[in-house]
Amino acid sequence: MMTEALARQHRIALTGNDAVAYAVKQANVDVISAYPITPQTFVVETLSRYVNDGELNAKFINVESEHSALSAVIGASLAGARAFTATASQGLAYMWEALYAASGLRLPIVMALAARALSAPINIHNDHSDFFGMRDAGWIMFNGEEAQETYDLTIMAFKIAEDPRVLLPVVVSYDGFIVSHAITNFYALNDDVVKEFLGVRTTGPRIDPDNPRTFGVLALQDSYFEFKRQQYEAMENSRQVIKEVFQKYEEISGRSYAPLKEYMTGDAETCLVAMGSTVGTARHAVKTLREAGEKAGVVGILQYRPWPVKEAEQLFSRFKRIIVMEKVMSPGARAGPVYEDIAATIYPKHSEVKIIDFTYGLGGRDISTQGIIEIYKKGKELIDKGKTDRVYFHGVRGE
Amino acid sequence: MSKTNPVSKISDLPEESKFRPGHRLCAGCGPAITVKLITLAVPEAVIVNATGCVEVGTTIYPYSAWKTPWVHVLFQNNAPVASGIAAALEKLSAEGRAKKLPVIALGGDGATFDIGLGAISGALERLDKIIYLCYDNFAYMNTGIQRSGATFLGVATTTSPAGKVIPGKQENKKDLIGIVASHHIPYAATASIWLWRDMVNKIRKAVNYSEQGPAFIHILAPCQFGWRYEPRLTVKVSRLAVETRLFPIYEIEDGQLKINYRVSKPVPIEEFLKIQRWTRHLLDPKNVDVLQRLKAWIEWNWQRLENLEKAGKVF
Repeated sequence: MMTEALARQHRIALTGNDAVAYAVKQANVDVISAYPITPQTFVVETLSRYVNDGELNAKFINVESEHSALSAVIGASLAGARAFTATASQGLAYMWEALYAASGLRLPIVMALAARALSAPINIHNDHSDFFGMRDAGWIMFNGEEAQETYDLTIMAFKIAEDPRVLLPVVVSYDGFIVSHAITNFYALNDDVVKEFLGVRTTGPRIDPDNPRTFGVLALQDSYFEFKRQQYEAMENSRQVIKEVFQKYEEISGRSYAPLKEYMTGDAETCLVAMGSTVGTARHAVKTLREAGEKAGVVGILQYRPWPVKEAEQLFSRFKRIIVMEKVMSPGARAGPVYEDIAATIYPKHSEVKIIDFTYGLGGRDISTQGIIEIYKKGKELIDKGKTDRVYFHGVRGE
Repeated sequence: MSKTNPVSKISDLPEESKFRPGHRLCAGCGPAITVKLITLAVPEAVIVNATGCVEVGTTIYPYSAWKTPWVHVLFQNNAPVASGIAAALEKLSAEGRAKKLPVIALGGDGATFDIGLGAISGALERLDKIIYLCYDNFAYMNTGIQRSGATFLGVATTTSPAGKVIPGKQENKKDLIGIVASHHIPYAATASIWLWRDMVNKIRKAVNYSEQGPAFIHILAPCQFGWRYEPRLTVKVSRLAVETRLFPIYEIEDGQLKINYRVSKPVPIEEFLKIQRWTRHLLDPKNVDVLQRLKAWIEWNWQRLENLEKAGKVF
């Protein structure tokens, strides 16, 4: 890292949850509302401490449910506040209708999601069922691989959300327990640097008696569709804004971000695709595979919505084989959501590229380097045999 | 926010309401009268409206009947949305980034008695600085007259019809103010659009109290469409509900319950039931049991309130 960038930051060891709380404190949010849920709880505990110790001048609304948490944050955001909430799993599911309200009202809310499996059976450990459950809710969706990415994305999320070309809510997801509870070293920007980067919120809706506006109208057959189309366009606009914010953030932090994270993809013939903490393990697996002479690579998904269409087409069309690993199950579908996005991006134009889908790690089932190597080998073999017409499962009894 | 003073005559109110004509609520709509009185009582406020008739009837895009900031988000979350707005305005106004305003959460009986009750309880427990106004028309009217927790015994709704075996709703009305007052908030009251002065002054009092914490008013707002009476009778029906002791008018201030409109000689409940088609079946001799149960409940409830009044500061 350049000395200049180093001078703007400090090294700190925190859990993923505390890294989020630290970023939110530095972002000087005005209102926080949240409800405890494993494995997110430490985010709101730490933020409560910041507020009660006077380290963060924000209103903390301790609500009685996640439905109310997002509702309170929606209210605060409508009033012009920079507002934040955090949740996981059932909490996110309980927020479902409010997710659509937040994006439909074009509110620059930021939410942290410590990704966790969904009931039933109840399970507190990591997978991406909750994250993908909000796929079509109109939120910008990021996924942090470890504390550093999660911290950086949380700060950038406010900048992206509040850009007048965007005005959409942003979720920053990170793997429950694996990232949320693991203490790691990372670089945090100094307070004044974040303050200068973000300023205070000045854009978006605002409740003002001198300019009384009606928010949340009834829009019927003659207007609803246009509202939704504008929302779609805001999501499209966010592509450029995200690019600019990544660029600006690199200038101050020295850390470079892209929607898709590549590792040894240059000459790779077979590419693994993963999201979240698995990406790091997959890099390790690929390193091992390379040593054995395999032309392997990894793509990690950092930006899921908006789906990086151009980058994905450019990147994925280069490979012979794509092995998608998904910590989510989509019963009855052709494949998991990431497979479908990649397939929709490259087919039919690049029909020579073959894709296969693996579901793994549900409910926190561990994935090891060896496990990823197995997926790689099996995936490669199945593709070469032309057996790609179903979803395969890794690490489950009965497969 | 400046303190609001009580009014004694209509000319004490602003000439123009910030709830404007041209909305699409029915002729003789009790909630419309309620909303007009609210905006006259508190000329500058942000209204956080739950899903319901008032919401859908006043904001059909591109029109709005509101000349004051108005928000709708969902059905059951007007209280926490209001809490978020109140918290944000308090923070931002202290920094000169916004103007502080009374924050009024407005909801019908469905939003308040039923689907939003947990969220309301949360806001009351936190002592959030909001005013909650419930306009109670005794059923889910926006979806077409279904029974709610606010529907009283015997009423025929589309989900509690006066059938051959079961003649209307079989349960009593939920004690909303009892639940609200059990949170020991600064102010809770009931009101009727018939007693407009009492209602306006209670709303103004609620605004003053909301500097300390939540204030709550449960307002009787008849629905001619659902109750099936002639639209011109809305105020008369509001009056009869009070004078039959079906809807007692009282307030709880500093823990003390006080009956504000003492009904010493109640009008027989039959007078109220007979002018509405949704309750007329209760006058049929075959439903005399239900009628007797309803009468007993009305008297028990009135007695209960008188006892609470005498009991001192029990809330």
